[in-house]
Amino acid sequence: MLTALFFYLFAIVLIGAAVMVVSAKNPVHAVLYLILAFFNAAGLFVLLGAEFLAMILVVVYVGAVMVLFLFVVMMLDVNFAELRAGVLKILPIGLVVGLLLLFELLFVVGAWVTAPTLVNDAPAPPPAEVSNTKALGQLLYTDYVYLFEAAGLILLVAMIGAIVLTLHHRRDVKRQNIADQVARSPETAVEVVQVETGRGLQ
Amino acid sequence: MAEFWTSYGWPTALTIVHSLVTIVVLLVFIAFVLLADRKIWAAVQMRRGPNVVGPFGLWQSFADLLKFFFKEFIIPAGSNKGLFVIAPIITAGLAISAWAVIPVAEGWAVADINVGILYVFAISSLEVYGVIIAGWASNSKYAFLSALRSAAQMVSYEVSIGFVIITVLLCAGSLNLTEIVLAQDRGLGLFGWYWLPLFPMFVIFFISLLAETNRPPFDLLEAESELVAGYMVEYSSTPYMLFMLGEYVAIILLCSLGTILFLGGWLPPAPFAPFTWIPGVIWFVLKVCALFFLVSMVKAFVPRYRYDQLMRLGWKVFLPISLAAVLVVAVVLRVWQHGI
Repeated sequence: MLTALFFYLFAIVLIGAAVMVVSAKNPVHAVLYLILAFFNAAGLFVLLGAEFLAMILVVVYVGAVMVLFLFVVMMLDVNFAELRAGVLKILPIGLVVGLLLLFELLFVVGAWVTAPTLVNDAPAPPPAEVSNTKALGQLLYTDYVYLFEAAGLILLVAMIGAIVLTLHHRRDVKRQNIADQVARSPETAVEVVQVETGRGLQ
Repeated sequence: MAEFWTSYGWPTALTIVHSLVTIVVLLVFIAFVLLADRKIWAAVQMRRGPNVVGPFGLWQSFADLLKFFFKEFIIPAGSNKGLFVIAPIITAGLAISAWAVIPVAEGWAVADINVGILYVFAISSLEVYGVIIAGWASNSKYAFLSALRSAAQMVSYEVSIGFVIITVLLCAGSLNLTEIVLAQDRGLGLFGWYWLPLFPMFVIFFISLLAETNRPPFDLLEAESELVAGYMVEYSSTPYMLFMLGEYVAIILLCSLGTILFLGGWLPPAPFAPFTWIPGVIWFVLKVCALFFLVSMVKAFVPRYRYDQLMRLGWKVFLPISLAAVLVVAVVLRVWQHGI
């Protein structure tokens, strides 16, 4: 009963926050509502017993991705009143796309069947004493290790691509070389000079 | 109704009382930690530090508390008012909420959850929001610059802290904080804890702790010489106090995490008689205080980093080292446990 109560609490706040993401006037507020939505999604995961997913959702999306999002949105200098004015023009297209997505989702959910072989030969669900972190780890790193590595490789390529696209190495600036600085010793860095009075250094 | 009470009501009431006790003890502890910080800093500079309120200035933090309460709270006209007020509450609230899973002695955690370490990591990665929101909502240039710095700094050092935590998890084989501590109880006392085999990781963890909590030498967010007070420029009164409180609670939280991961939590330093008589919670507090003493000393004698040096240290030094350490630890453990 308590679970149901929390489910509805998280679900209502999640949907409310999601609506506010789309309708908030200020983009920074929209991002903050999105963070709230992620939080409630994490709460739903916890209710399902998927504690590992919940924590990863918070660490990765809220703790890292959304920080960068907020970072960019805060620095944007866009006149949002102007953008709002154009909303009526694109509203029909948006509605059509939205409806299409809704129908597709409904079809997917409605046509969901479990393969009959799975029902019969499905491995027994992990026993209660195996925490779901362990179960996920065993699945990812033993059964699907090649797919997992492939996914990692794709992400690596994407990351290198982004770095190559934005890397702009300037040769005309003076750079600090920490190793050189640390390697300096008093002998190479300081010269002691005996200066005669009234003569100065030649 | 009686069944409802025994299955829901009573446990809930117990948890609430447990949480309240934790928060009150924590806040009183923080009051003295704050004083200790100032005293240590003063001692290094051969000053006396706060010494007027009470014996040795012991009640200084409580006097400060009253002062903050009775000052006027000013909301700048151009600020985003809602977010401006929420930001310090987020900072303090998040810092305190992470304490729910910290086991100060065996079985003393409010919630002994399976993914405890991930929970602490998640909460401490959220602390950056207090700073960013405060910086943006203040509508001030200094505060905004500080918010931008914090976003990059805290995200960078989280990565290395994450890898350091993974090396400990590989050794302990669990994400539960209590089990991580128990895994260090190997009958060797002091020398069975993870600081010895994972010493380089302990050093990286300690330095990342300073960067993650914006302590000197990484306090670029509130660098007085350039940003006045960074994201706290526009804050006064109780909200300012909440920022200070959140900062110190976060420092103590990460010190406790260091204690649990590397210093054996509540375990006594030697597994025989006179040491085992002392309750675990005292060992825990002593270890946390020792770590905090180091944090405090660093503040007193290390000059502030430049921003590009900070980024270089995080991404070009700590990230490769901790990533390599994960690999090395994994291989060593595998060979040790299963042979080649």
